[in-house]
Amino acid sequence: MKRWATALCGLLSLLAPYGLAQPSAWRFPPTVQAGTAFSVQTSGSGPATLYVVGTGDALQRSVQLGQSIAFSSEDLRNAGHYVALLVAGTETQSAQFDVVASTQPAGLSFIAKPSRLPVNQVNGLSGVVYVLDAFRNLLVQPQRVTFELSDPSGGTQSRVATTRNGVAWVKMNSATKAGSSQFRASSGDIRVQRAVLNVPGEPCTVKMNSHGAGQRIVLETDPLRDCNGNAVPDGTIVTFTEVYGGQQTTVDVPLKRGVARTELLARSRAVISVASGVVMGNEIRVSGGQ
Amino acid sequence: MNKGGLLALVLAIATVGLVVVGTVWPNQSAAANPDAGARLASGSSSPQDAVNTLLQQIGRRDWSAAYSGLANKADFSEAEFASDLTGNYGSLRTYALLDGFDVHPLRASTDEAQFRANLRWASVVGTFDDPRDLRVVRKGDHWQVAWPLMKEARVPPQVIPVNYLRWDVINRGPQDDWGTQDVEAPHVRIVAMHPVDRGGGVVILGELLNEDVVPAFVTVKAALLGANGATLATEDSFDKISHLLLPKQVSPFRIDFRNVRLSQVDSVHIQPSSSLVSASADPVIGIESQKLNPVPDASLTGELLNQSGQVVNVAHVIGTFYDGNGQIVWVADSYPSRALLPQTPVPFAIALPADVSSKVASYHVMTTTYRSGHAQ
Repeated sequence: MKRWATALCGLLSLLAPYGLAQPSAWRFPPTVQAGTAFSVQTSGSGPATLYVVGTGDALQRSVQLGQSIAFSSEDLRNAGHYVALLVAGTETQSAQFDVVASTQPAGLSFIAKPSRLPVNQVNGLSGVVYVLDAFRNLLVQPQRVTFELSDPSGGTQSRVATTRNGVAWVKMNSATKAGSSQFRASSGDIRVQRAVLNVPGEPCTVKMNSHGAGQRIVLETDPLRDCNGNAVPDGTIVTFTEVYGGQQTTVDVPLKRGVARTELLARSRAVISVASGVVMGNEIRVSGGQ
Repeated sequence: MNKGGLLALVLAIATVGLVVVGTVWPNQSAAANPDAGARLASGSSSPQDAVNTLLQQIGRRDWSAAYSGLANKADFSEAEFASDLTGNYGSLRTYALLDGFDVHPLRASTDEAQFRANLRWASVVGTFDDPRDLRVVRKGDHWQVAWPLMKEARVPPQVIPVNYLRWDVINRGPQDDWGTQDVEAPHVRIVAMHPVDRGGGVVILGELLNEDVVPAFVTVKAALLGANGATLATEDSFDKISHLLLPKQVSPFRIDFRNVRLSQVDSVHIQPSSSLVSASADPVIGIESQKLNPVPDASLTGELLNQSGQVVNVAHVIGTFYDGNGQIVWVADSYPSRALLPQTPVPFAIALPADVSSKVASYHVMTTTYRSGHAQ
């Protein structure tokens, strides 16, 4: 639909000079605020057809020359450049005008990225706001936008930015405590909120303990925490490696309830190590099969 | 008779003679093709004939005929015999067909002979070898093969407690407003990359880390750029990678470029991509008794031990091999042909190029498992 409207708009723009060559007896306001009612007085007599084409709207209406043409607040809602043509028989009059966004913010499009990030990331979180009017037109006049990020521990970061060409953006630090943060953007009394998940970082240390169970050795890590004390989430892979006599055994075990646990055969003089991601843990040396 | 008539007569006699020779003494190498068997399957007057006949019957999946001719059929049923060859539990073997075989005599006496038969099975992920040592015994005036049945272990009835952990994903819907937040794609990072010139082409070796707290479906694409910035070739890692990475899991990847020399390459552009997928943290597979074997059969062998209570239909084993400096020198993989039953070791072998084998100082092995309707 928009493509057709754009093509028609272009065609009519080409035709406009021919229309303008006719003595213009109607006067369109050069700018009209989106969603406002207005009227245009015509001259002459008899029936005519009015065409109005813009980037997002196209309308056709039968009118009587000599009377005013009334546009309701519902007629022109999309900001942009418009062409109007009044066709009566073989004569055409034309006019061009702009529909502009209203000055009052009515909505915010708020993009918070990423929606999940590790704790303690400086400027790791970006917030971008597009300020829109009631008809979803971008408000290009500067607007003050307040960004607030409340972290799981109750603290709040706040920044104020002014829109440029309708857009305002900030960078914020992620929280030091894992959990959900509320990221809010507001302009006037319009407020939009996004949830941002602060997730634990790499484990600070990986420590395992062992105890024998017959021919097997049971290995279990301490609860894994990152360097800010946050528990590393379940499902994180912990790799146990047992090296013995030119051979090795490995097991990738997901953390469950905070710990990783597995059983390996207790082989004499084996060395067992543990790691998670790029973090190495402690080693256990098995002596005499125990 | 003129010269032309004489030549025609000679050619006719030679043709008839060759047909007679070919019929009476058929070429034994044809036995390597299991489909060529119908003609040759009749005889078991020698140990070699008995082995060839049996393997051709196996190639035709004629289990009844193959089983009826075995010397030790009293030891197992026909169903067990067929199951030994075709596998079960939806393993790779259940979808494989015998592509060919080689038979080598080991020793022979008047009443008994021994052969090594290597059965090559064709599957969707390539061929795999199934070597068997066959004992052939004389029964009267003919020979019969005693089949070395590999009985699959039976899992005793038991309860294995599992704390089941899985991730489900709800994505943004089409009705949501523009700018509405969607779930974030997992963050992954290339932690190692090493291009090598090999076999007339370039091979990109590397490792990919899922540094997020959610599972990731990953792929790696690479582009080789020439000195003028032009793209010489683009490839992806295909199956030389574990596509599903759990949090903090590392997968190797290998990308092969044929017909490009490393000397032509000015830079390499690597593009890892990830998407959020529903996944399960189970089953856990232990990789036991990993061992590097030297040339001539350079390989990494070991056993997979399914520590969970679920049957794994197909496992994919990927090995990363490092030199003494910790640099990746090779990435290779294999697919064990049998299903992983709970608590039952299944052997695997990853073949290594001989020249690479001498450089390997350490290695890391990981598995990806596939279950009917699931991938992990």
